[in-house]
Amino acid sequence: MRTIAVVDYSMGNLRSVSKAIEHVADAVRVVVTDDADTIANAERVVFPGQGAARDCMAAIERHGLREVVLDAARNKPFLGICMGLQVLLRHSEENGGTPLLGLFPGEVRRFPSGMQANGQRLKIPHMGWSRVERRGEHPLWRDIADGERFYFVHSYHVDPEDPALSAATTDYGIRFTSAIARDNLFAVQFHPEKSADAGLTLLRNFVQWNP
Amino acid sequence: MGLAKRIIPCLDVDAGRVVKGVRFVDIRDAGDPVEVARRYDREGADEITFLDITASSDQRDTIVHVVEAVASEVFIPLTVGGGIRATEDVLRMLNAGADKVAINTAAVFNPEFVREATDRFGSQCIVVAIDAKRVSGKDEPPRWEIFTHGGRKPTGIDAIAWARRMAEYGAGEILLTSMDRDGTKIGFDLELTRAVSRAVEIPVIASGGVGKLQHLVDGVKQGEADAVLAASIFHFAEYSIGEAKRYLRKQGVEVRL
Repeated sequence: MRTIAVVDYSMGNLRSVSKAIEHVADAVRVVVTDDADTIANAERVVFPGQGAARDCMAAIERHGLREVVLDAARNKPFLGICMGLQVLLRHSEENGGTPLLGLFPGEVRRFPSGMQANGQRLKIPHMGWSRVERRGEHPLWRDIADGERFYFVHSYHVDPEDPALSAATTDYGIRFTSAIARDNLFAVQFHPEKSADAGLTLLRNFVQWNP
Repeated sequence: MGLAKRIIPCLDVDAGRVVKGVRFVDIRDAGDPVEVARRYDREGADEITFLDITASSDQRDTIVHVVEAVASEVFIPLTVGGGIRATEDVLRMLNAGADKVAINTAAVFNPEFVREATDRFGSQCIVVAIDAKRVSGKDEPPRWEIFTHGGRKPTGIDAIAWARRMAEYGAGEILLTSMDRDGTKIGFDLELTRAVSRAVEIPVIASGGVGKLQHLVDGVKQGEADAVLAASIFHFAEYSIGEAKRYLRKQGVEVRL
Protein backbone atom coordinates (compact mmCIF):
# COMPACT_ATOMS: atom_id res chain seq x y z
CA MET A 1 0.00 0.00 0.00
CA ARG A 2 1.11 3.57 -0.64
CA THR A 3 2.56 5.19 2.46
CA ILE A 4 2.44 8.78 3.61
CA ALA A 5 4.90 9.57 6.37
CA VAL A 6 3.94 12.30 8.83
CA VAL A 7 7.26 13.35 10.34
CA ASP A 8 7.12 13.22 14.13
CA TYR A 9 9.93 15.07 15.87
CA SER A 10 7.92 15.63 19.05
CA MET A 11 6.95 19.18 18.08
CA GLY A 12 3.23 19.34 18.45
CA ASN A 13 0.21 17.20 18.08
CA LEU A 14 0.28 15.21 14.88
CA ARG A 15 -2.84 13.25 15.54
CA SER A 16 -5.07 15.77 13.79
CA VAL A 17 -2.79 15.85 10.77
CA SER A 18 -2.81 12.08 10.37
CA LYS A 19 -6.55 11.81 11.09
CA ALA A 20 -7.35 14.46 8.52
CA ILE A 21 -5.26 12.72 5.85
CA GLU A 22 -6.85 9.37 6.68
CA HIS A 23 -10.22 11.08 6.38
CA VAL A 24 -9.59 12.11 2.76
CA ALA A 25 -7.33 9.33 1.46
CA ASP A 26 -8.40 5.88 0.34
CA ALA A 27 -6.01 2.96 0.24
CA VAL A 28 -3.19 4.93 1.79
CA ARG A 29 -1.28 4.06 4.91
CA VAL A 30 -0.55 7.09 7.07
CA VAL A 31 2.33 6.60 9.49
CA VAL A 32 3.38 9.09 12.14
CA THR A 33 7.08 8.43 12.47
CA ASP A 34 10.51 9.71 13.47
CA ASP A 35 12.25 6.80 11.76
CA ALA A 36 14.53 7.96 8.94
CA ASP A 37 14.14 4.73 6.93
CA THR A 38 10.35 4.88 7.09
CA ILE A 39 10.43 8.48 5.90
CA ALA A 40 12.93 7.63 3.16
CA ASN A 41 10.72 4.78 1.93
CA ALA A 42 7.42 6.66 2.04
CA GLU A 43 5.79 7.67 -1.22
CA ARG A 44 5.10 11.17 0.12
CA VAL A 45 5.96 13.15 3.21
CA VAL A 46 4.05 15.57 5.41
CA PHE A 47 6.22 17.76 7.60
CA PRO A 48 4.20 19.54 10.32
CA GLY A 49 5.44 21.32 13.42
CA GLN A 50 4.48 23.79 16.12
CA GLY A 51 6.36 25.66 18.76
CA ALA A 52 9.53 27.69 18.75
CA ALA A 53 12.12 27.63 15.95
CA ARG A 54 15.05 26.75 18.20
CA ASP A 55 13.19 23.81 19.75
CA CYS A 56 12.12 22.58 16.33
CA MET A 57 15.64 22.66 14.93
CA ALA A 58 17.01 20.95 18.05
CA ALA A 59 14.37 18.24 17.75
CA ILE A 60 15.15 17.68 14.06
CA GLU A 61 18.84 17.21 14.91
CA ARG A 62 18.12 15.08 17.96
CA HIS A 63 15.99 12.72 15.90
CA GLY A 64 18.64 12.71 13.16
CA LEU A 65 16.11 13.85 10.56
CA ARG A 66 17.86 16.74 8.77
CA GLU A 67 19.10 14.78 5.76
CA VAL A 68 16.04 12.62 5.25
CA VAL A 69 13.70 15.64 5.46
CA LEU A 70 15.82 17.64 3.00
CA ASP A 71 16.00 14.65 0.69
CA ALA A 72 12.21 14.28 0.76
CA ALA A 73 11.76 18.01 0.18
CA ARG A 74 13.89 17.76 -2.96
CA ASN A 75 12.62 14.48 -4.36
CA LYS A 76 9.09 13.42 -3.46
CA PRO A 77 5.66 14.95 -2.92
CA PHE A 78 6.25 16.99 0.20
CA LEU A 79 3.85 19.09 2.26
CA GLY A 80 5.16 21.41 4.97
CA ILE A 81 2.71 22.79 7.52
CA CYS A 82 3.26 25.82 9.80
CA MET A 83 6.70 25.29 11.39
CA GLY A 84 7.24 22.72 8.64
CA LEU A 85 7.20 25.65 6.21
CA GLN A 86 9.31 28.02 8.27
CA VAL A 87 12.24 25.66 8.91
CA LEU A 88 12.76 25.25 5.16
CA LEU A 89 14.16 28.77 5.03
CA ARG A 90 17.66 29.86 5.96
CA HIS A 91 17.18 31.76 9.18
CA SER A 92 14.59 32.86 11.73
CA GLU A 93 14.47 35.92 13.97
CA GLU A 94 12.93 33.77 16.69
CA ASN A 95 14.82 32.95 19.90
CA GLY A 96 17.37 35.68 19.25
CA GLY A 97 18.17 34.28 15.80
CA THR A 98 17.99 30.62 14.77
CA PRO A 99 19.65 28.98 11.75
CA LEU A 100 17.15 26.78 9.90
CA LEU A 101 17.43 23.98 7.32
CA GLY A 102 18.32 26.47 4.60
CA LEU A 103 16.63 24.86 1.63
CA PHE A 104 15.47 28.31 0.47
CA PRO A 105 17.21 31.67 0.95
CA GLY A 106 15.13 33.97 3.09
CA GLU A 107 14.23 35.02 6.60
CA VAL A 108 11.46 34.12 9.03
CA ARG A 109 10.26 37.36 10.65
CA ARG A 110 8.00 38.27 13.54
CA PHE A 111 4.90 40.33 12.84
CA PRO A 112 5.61 43.93 13.83
CA SER A 113 4.04 45.01 17.13
CA GLY A 114 1.36 47.67 17.13
CA MET A 115 -0.25 46.80 13.80
CA GLN A 116 -3.77 48.21 13.47
CA ALA A 117 -6.81 47.68 11.28
CA ASN A 118 -10.12 49.55 11.49
CA GLY A 119 -8.97 51.30 14.64
CA GLN A 120 -8.35 48.03 16.50
CA ARG A 121 -5.03 46.53 17.42
CA LEU A 122 -4.04 43.43 15.46
CA LYS A 123 -3.19 40.73 17.92
CA ILE A 124 -0.12 38.54 17.89
CA PRO A 125 -0.27 35.57 17.45
CA HIS A 126 -2.23 35.89 14.24
CA MET A 127 -4.91 33.40 15.24
CA GLY A 128 -7.98 32.54 13.22
CA TRP A 129 -9.36 32.37 9.69
CA SER A 130 -7.73 34.54 7.04
CA ARG A 131 -7.96 34.70 3.29
CA VAL A 132 -5.34 32.90 1.23
CA GLU A 133 -4.86 34.61 -2.12
CA ARG A 134 -3.01 32.51 -4.59
CA ARG A 135 -0.41 33.58 -7.07
CA GLY A 136 -1.15 31.42 -10.08
CA GLU A 137 -2.57 27.95 -10.41
CA HIS A 138 -1.32 24.86 -8.66
CA PRO A 139 -2.74 21.32 -8.43
CA LEU A 140 -3.06 21.72 -4.65
CA TRP A 141 -5.54 24.58 -5.11
CA ARG A 142 -7.92 22.44 -7.17
CA ASP A 143 -11.58 22.86 -6.09
CA ILE A 144 -10.62 25.62 -3.63
CA ALA A 145 -11.80 29.17 -4.26
CA ASP A 146 -9.15 31.85 -4.58
CA GLY A 147 -9.34 33.91 -1.38
CA GLU A 148 -10.70 31.00 0.67
CA ARG A 149 -10.16 31.26 4.42
CA PHE A 150 -7.83 28.90 6.26
CA TYR A 151 -6.99 28.62 9.96
CA PHE A 152 -3.73 30.25 11.10
CA VAL A 153 -1.87 30.32 14.42
CA HIS A 154 1.55 31.95 14.26
CA SER A 155 3.62 34.93 15.33
CA TYR A 156 6.30 34.56 12.64
CA HIS A 157 5.98 34.44 8.87
CA VAL A 158 8.30 33.52 6.01
CA ASP A 159 9.92 36.06 3.74
CA PRO A 160 11.62 34.10 0.93
CA GLU A 161 14.13 35.92 -1.25
CA ASP A 162 12.86 34.39 -4.46
CA PRO A 163 9.43 35.88 -5.21
CA ALA A 164 8.71 33.02 -7.62
CA LEU A 165 8.57 30.68 -4.62
CA SER A 166 5.38 32.24 -3.32
CA ALA A 167 2.20 30.26 -4.06
CA ALA A 168 -0.11 32.45 -2.00
CA THR A 169 -0.17 35.53 0.19
CA THR A 170 -2.31 36.63 3.15
CA ASP A 171 -2.99 40.05 4.57
CA TYR A 172 -2.59 40.53 8.30
CA GLY A 173 -1.41 44.06 8.90
CA ILE A 174 1.22 43.30 6.31
CA ARG A 175 0.95 41.03 3.28
CA PHE A 176 3.00 37.90 3.90
CA THR A 177 3.73 34.69 2.02
CA SER A 178 1.29 32.07 3.31
CA ALA A 179 2.22 29.25 0.92
CA ILE A 180 5.25 28.35 -1.17
CA ALA A 181 5.61 25.91 -4.05
CA ARG A 182 8.52 24.52 -6.01
CA ASP A 183 8.51 21.36 -8.12
CA ASN A 184 7.54 18.52 -5.76
CA LEU A 185 7.27 20.73 -2.70
CA PHE A 186 4.34 22.66 -1.27
CA ALA A 187 4.34 24.28 2.15
CA VAL A 188 1.75 26.37 3.97
CA GLN A 189 1.70 28.61 7.02
CA PHE A 190 -1.91 27.75 7.85
CA HIS A 191 -3.27 24.47 9.21
CA PRO A 192 -5.16 22.53 6.53
CA GLU A 193 -5.94 19.84 9.11
CA LYS A 194 -7.90 22.46 11.07
CA SER A 195 -9.42 24.37 8.16
CA ALA A 196 -12.67 22.47 7.71
CA ASP A 197 -13.66 21.59 4.11
CA ALA A 198 -11.11 23.82 2.38
CA GLY A 199 -8.30 22.24 4.38
CA LEU A 200 -9.50 18.72 3.71
CA THR A 201 -9.69 19.50 -0.01
CA LEU A 202 -6.09 20.71 0.01
CA LEU A 203 -4.98 17.53 1.79
CA ARG A 204 -6.90 15.40 -0.70
CA ASN A 205 -5.22 17.27 -3.54
CA PHE A 206 -1.84 16.58 -1.95
CA VAL A 207 -2.55 12.85 -1.63
CA GLN A 208 -3.47 12.74 -5.34
CA TRP A 209 -0.70 15.04 -6.53
CA ASN A 210 1.85 13.64 -8.98
CA PRO A 211 4.43 16.35 -9.56
CA MET B 1 -7.58 43.39 7.20
CA GLY B 2 -8.87 39.94 6.46
CA LEU B 3 -9.02 38.14 9.79
CA ALA B 4 -12.51 36.88 10.57
CA LYS B 5 -13.92 37.30 14.05
CA ARG B 6 -14.38 33.80 15.42
CA ILE B 7 -17.68 32.35 16.64
CA ILE B 8 -17.11 29.60 19.17
CA PRO B 9 -19.90 27.41 20.56
CA CYS B 10 -19.12 25.99 23.99
CA LEU B 11 -20.28 22.61 25.29
CA ASP B 12 -20.38 21.66 28.95
CA VAL B 13 -19.50 18.00 29.26
CA ASP B 14 -20.16 15.92 32.39
CA ALA B 15 -18.89 12.34 32.43
CA GLY B 16 -18.79 12.27 28.64
CA ARG B 17 -22.25 13.72 28.05
CA VAL B 18 -23.34 17.17 26.98
CA VAL B 19 -25.26 18.83 29.80
CA LYS B 20 -27.23 22.05 30.16
CA GLY B 21 -29.39 20.63 27.41
CA VAL B 22 -29.01 20.86 23.70
CA ARG B 23 -32.19 20.91 21.64
CA PHE B 24 -31.62 20.09 18.03
CA VAL B 25 -34.28 18.26 16.17
CA ASP B 26 -31.94 16.87 13.55
CA ILE B 27 -29.56 14.91 15.74
CA ARG B 28 -30.40 11.59 17.27
CA ASP B 29 -28.62 12.01 20.58
CA ALA B 30 -28.31 15.58 21.82
CA GLY B 31 -26.26 14.36 24.76
CA ASP B 32 -23.54 12.99 22.53
CA PRO B 33 -20.70 15.51 22.22
CA VAL B 34 -19.61 14.02 18.90
CA GLU B 35 -23.02 14.54 17.30
CA VAL B 36 -23.30 18.06 18.64
CA ALA B 37 -19.77 18.95 17.52
CA ARG B 38 -20.44 17.56 14.07
CA ARG B 39 -23.55 19.71 13.83
CA TYR B 40 -21.68 22.88 14.83
CA ASP B 41 -18.94 22.08 12.37
CA ARG B 42 -21.52 21.73 9.58
CA GLU B 43 -23.06 25.05 10.56
CA GLY B 44 -19.70 26.77 10.20
CA ALA B 45 -18.38 27.10 13.75
CA ASP B 46 -14.83 28.51 13.71
CA GLU B 47 -13.75 26.46 16.72
CA ILE B 48 -15.43 24.37 19.40
CA THR B 49 -14.73 24.57 23.13
CA PHE B 50 -15.45 21.73 25.55
CA LEU B 51 -15.71 22.53 29.19
CA ASP B 52 -15.31 19.40 31.29
CA ILE B 53 -17.34 19.75 34.47
CA THR B 54 -17.02 16.14 35.57
CA ALA B 55 -16.81 16.12 39.35
CA SER B 56 -16.16 12.47 40.16
CA SER B 57 -12.52 11.58 39.67
CA ASP B 58 -13.16 8.06 38.37
CA GLN B 59 -14.96 9.48 35.35
CA ARG B 60 -12.43 12.13 34.45
CA ASP B 61 -10.96 10.10 31.62
CA THR B 62 -14.23 10.26 29.73
CA ILE B 63 -13.35 13.71 28.34
CA VAL B 64 -10.25 12.19 26.73
CA HIS B 65 -12.43 9.76 24.81
CA VAL B 66 -14.78 12.56 23.84
CA VAL B 67 -11.90 14.59 22.42
CA GLU B 68 -10.50 11.58 20.58
CA ALA B 69 -13.84 10.82 19.00
CA VAL B 70 -14.54 14.42 17.99
CA ALA B 71 -11.02 15.03 16.67
CA SER B 72 -11.29 12.02 14.38
CA GLU B 73 -14.06 13.60 12.37
CA VAL B 74 -14.30 17.31 13.06
CA PHE B 75 -11.47 19.26 11.46
CA ILE B 76 -11.60 22.66 13.10
CA PRO B 77 -9.73 23.78 16.24
CA LEU B 78 -10.84 22.15 19.49
CA THR B 79 -10.25 23.61 22.93
CA VAL B 80 -10.70 21.70 26.18
CA GLY B 81 -11.00 23.31 29.59
CA GLY B 82 -11.83 22.09 33.07
CA GLY B 83 -9.58 20.13 35.37
CA ILE B 84 -6.30 21.02 33.66
CA ARG B 85 -3.93 21.09 36.64
CA ALA B 86 -0.58 19.76 35.48
CA THR B 87 1.49 19.43 32.32
CA GLU B 88 0.43 15.76 32.15
CA ASP B 89 -3.18 16.90 31.80
CA VAL B 90 -2.19 19.21 28.95
CA LEU B 91 -0.26 16.43 27.24
CA ARG B 92 -3.16 14.00 27.59
CA MET B 93 -5.58 16.44 25.95
CA LEU B 94 -3.22 17.35 23.12
CA ASN B 95 -2.51 13.69 22.44
CA ALA B 96 -6.23 13.02 22.36
CA GLY B 97 -6.55 15.61 19.58
CA ALA B 98 -7.22 18.90 21.35
CA ASP B 99 -5.54 21.91 19.75
CA LYS B 100 -5.65 24.08 22.83
CA VAL B 101 -6.28 23.62 26.51
CA ALA B 102 -7.78 26.25 28.78
CA ILE B 103 -6.16 26.62 32.20
CA ASN B 104 -8.21 28.40 34.83
CA THR B 105 -8.00 27.75 38.58
CA ALA B 106 -4.63 26.01 38.37
CA ALA B 107 -3.11 29.16 36.88
CA VAL B 108 -4.28 31.21 39.83
CA PHE B 109 -2.86 28.80 42.39
CA ASN B 110 0.34 28.17 40.46
CA PRO B 111 1.08 30.81 37.81
CA GLU B 112 4.37 29.08 36.96
CA PHE B 113 2.29 26.23 35.56
CA VAL B 114 1.32 28.51 32.66
CA ARG B 115 4.96 29.28 31.97
CA GLU B 116 5.89 25.59 32.10
CA ALA B 117 3.04 24.62 29.82
CA THR B 118 3.80 27.29 27.21
CA ASP B 119 7.53 26.46 27.32
CA ARG B 120 6.84 22.83 26.75
CA PHE B 121 3.92 22.88 24.33
CA GLY B 122 4.06 26.34 22.77
CA SER B 123 1.93 29.42 23.36
CA GLN B 124 -0.42 28.51 20.54
CA CYS B 125 -2.06 25.75 22.56
CA ILE B 126 -2.32 27.40 25.97
CA VAL B 127 -5.44 29.45 26.69
CA VAL B 128 -5.78 31.09 30.08
CA ALA B 129 -9.39 31.22 31.23
CA ILE B 130 -10.22 34.18 33.44
CA ASP B 131 -13.43 34.41 35.47
CA ALA B 132 -13.80 38.05 36.42
CA LYS B 133 -16.31 39.85 38.58
CA ARG B 134 -16.83 43.58 38.95
CA VAL B 135 -15.85 44.64 42.47
CA SER B 136 -15.94 48.44 42.16
CA GLY B 137 -18.80 50.48 43.58
CA LYS B 138 -21.23 52.39 41.44
CA ASP B 139 -19.36 55.69 41.32
CA GLU B 140 -15.85 54.25 41.38
CA PRO B 141 -13.66 53.63 38.37
CA PRO B 142 -14.36 50.09 37.16
CA ARG B 143 -12.33 47.28 38.67
CA TRP B 144 -12.64 43.52 38.26
CA GLU B 145 -11.23 40.67 40.27
CA ILE B 146 -10.46 37.05 39.47
CA PHE B 147 -12.76 34.48 41.00
CA THR B 148 -12.18 30.73 41.06
CA HIS B 149 -14.38 27.67 41.59
CA GLY B 150 -17.00 28.76 39.14
CA GLY B 151 -17.08 32.31 40.43
CA ARG B 152 -17.57 31.43 44.09
CA LYS B 153 -14.14 32.18 45.52
CA PRO B 154 -12.61 35.64 45.36
CA THR B 155 -8.84 35.87 45.03
CA GLY B 156 -8.21 39.58 45.40
CA ILE B 157 -6.31 39.55 42.09
CA ASP B 158 -7.01 42.38 39.65
CA ALA B 159 -8.31 40.95 36.37
CA ILE B 160 -6.48 43.35 34.05
CA ALA B 161 -3.15 42.91 35.79
CA TRP B 162 -3.69 39.16 35.76
CA ALA B 163 -4.40 39.10 32.02
CA ARG B 164 -1.16 41.04 31.42
CA ARG B 165 0.80 38.68 33.59
CA MET B 166 -0.59 35.58 31.88
CA ALA B 167 0.31 37.06 28.48
CA GLU B 168 3.83 37.67 29.76
CA TYR B 169 3.99 34.06 30.90
CA GLY B 170 3.35 33.00 27.34
CA ALA B 171 -0.39 32.36 27.16
CA GLY B 172 -1.50 32.35 23.53
CA GLU B 173 -5.01 33.56 24.16
CA ILE B 174 -7.38 34.64 26.92
CA LEU B 175 -10.87 33.26 27.45
CA LEU B 176 -12.56 35.99 29.45
CA THR B 177 -15.81 35.25 31.26
CA SER B 178 -17.78 37.86 33.14
CA MET B 179 -19.20 36.12 36.19
CA ASP B 180 -21.69 38.96 36.54
CA ARG B 181 -23.09 38.25 33.09
CA ASP B 182 -22.72 34.48 32.80
CA GLY B 183 -26.18 32.98 32.33
CA THR B 184 -27.98 36.35 32.35
CA LYS B 185 -28.52 36.69 28.59
CA ILE B 186 -28.14 40.48 28.87
CA GLY B 187 -24.90 40.68 26.92
CA PHE B 188 -21.16 40.69 27.59
CA ASP B 189 -19.56 43.02 30.12
CA LEU B 190 -18.22 45.20 27.32
CA GLU B 191 -16.17 47.46 29.53
CA LEU B 192 -14.35 44.47 30.98
CA THR B 193 -13.83 42.90 27.56
CA ARG B 194 -12.42 46.10 26.07
CA ALA B 195 -10.16 46.75 29.04
CA VAL B 196 -8.61 43.28 28.82
CA SER B 197 -8.39 43.30 25.03
CA ARG B 198 -6.52 46.61 25.10
CA ALA B 199 -4.25 45.47 27.92
CA VAL B 200 -2.76 42.48 26.08
CA GLU B 201 -1.33 41.79 22.65
CA ILE B 202 -2.79 38.26 22.50
CA PRO B 203 -6.33 37.48 21.28
CA VAL B 204 -9.24 37.69 23.72
CA ILE B 205 -12.38 35.55 23.58
CA ALA B 206 -15.40 37.21 25.17
CA SER B 207 -17.74 34.96 27.14
CA GLY B 208 -20.69 35.23 29.48
CA GLY B 209 -24.07 36.80 28.88
CA VAL B 210 -24.99 36.26 25.24
CA GLY B 211 -28.76 36.23 24.79
CA LYS B 212 -29.19 37.60 21.28
CA LEU B 213 -27.17 38.11 18.15
CA GLN B 214 -26.64 41.82 18.69
CA HIS B 215 -24.63 40.89 21.79
CA LEU B 216 -22.10 39.13 19.57
CA VAL B 217 -21.78 42.26 17.44
CA ASP B 218 -21.33 44.41 20.55
CA GLY B 219 -18.67 42.03 21.86
CA VAL B 220 -16.44 42.49 18.83
CA LYS B 221 -17.25 46.11 18.02
CA GLN B 222 -17.48 47.71 21.45
CA GLY B 223 -15.73 45.00 23.47
CA GLU B 224 -12.96 44.72 20.85
CA ALA B 225 -12.94 40.95 21.34
CA ASP B 226 -11.19 38.78 18.77
CA ALA B 227 -13.66 35.95 19.22
CA VAL B 228 -17.00 35.40 20.92
CA LEU B 229 -18.08 32.32 22.80
CA ALA B 230 -21.66 31.34 23.52
CA ALA B 231 -23.51 28.27 24.69
CA SER B 232 -27.22 28.44 25.18
CA ILE B 233 -28.25 30.54 22.16
CA PHE B 234 -26.74 27.87 19.92
CA HIS B 235 -27.70 24.80 21.95
CA PHE B 236 -31.37 25.60 22.01
CA ALA B 237 -31.30 26.24 18.30
CA GLU B 238 -32.53 29.77 18.92
CA TYR B 239 -29.99 30.70 16.29
CA SER B 240 -27.73 28.59 14.14
CA ILE B 241 -24.07 29.50 13.79
CA GLY B 242 -24.81 30.41 10.19
CA GLU B 243 -27.55 32.84 11.21
CA ALA B 244 -25.26 34.40 13.76
CA LYS B 245 -22.56 34.90 11.15
CA ARG B 246 -24.90 36.38 8.59
CA TYR B 247 -26.16 38.80 11.21
CA LEU B 248 -22.61 39.81 12.13
CA ARG B 249 -21.71 40.33 8.50
CA LYS B 250 -24.74 42.55 8.01
CA GLN B 251 -23.52 44.66 10.90
CA GLY B 252 -20.16 45.06 9.21
CA VAL B 253 -18.24 42.40 11.14
CA GLU B 254 -15.88 40.24 9.11
CA VAL B 255 -16.77 36.55 9.51
CA ARG B 256 -16.01 33.29 7.74
CA LEU B 257 -19.12 32.32 5.76
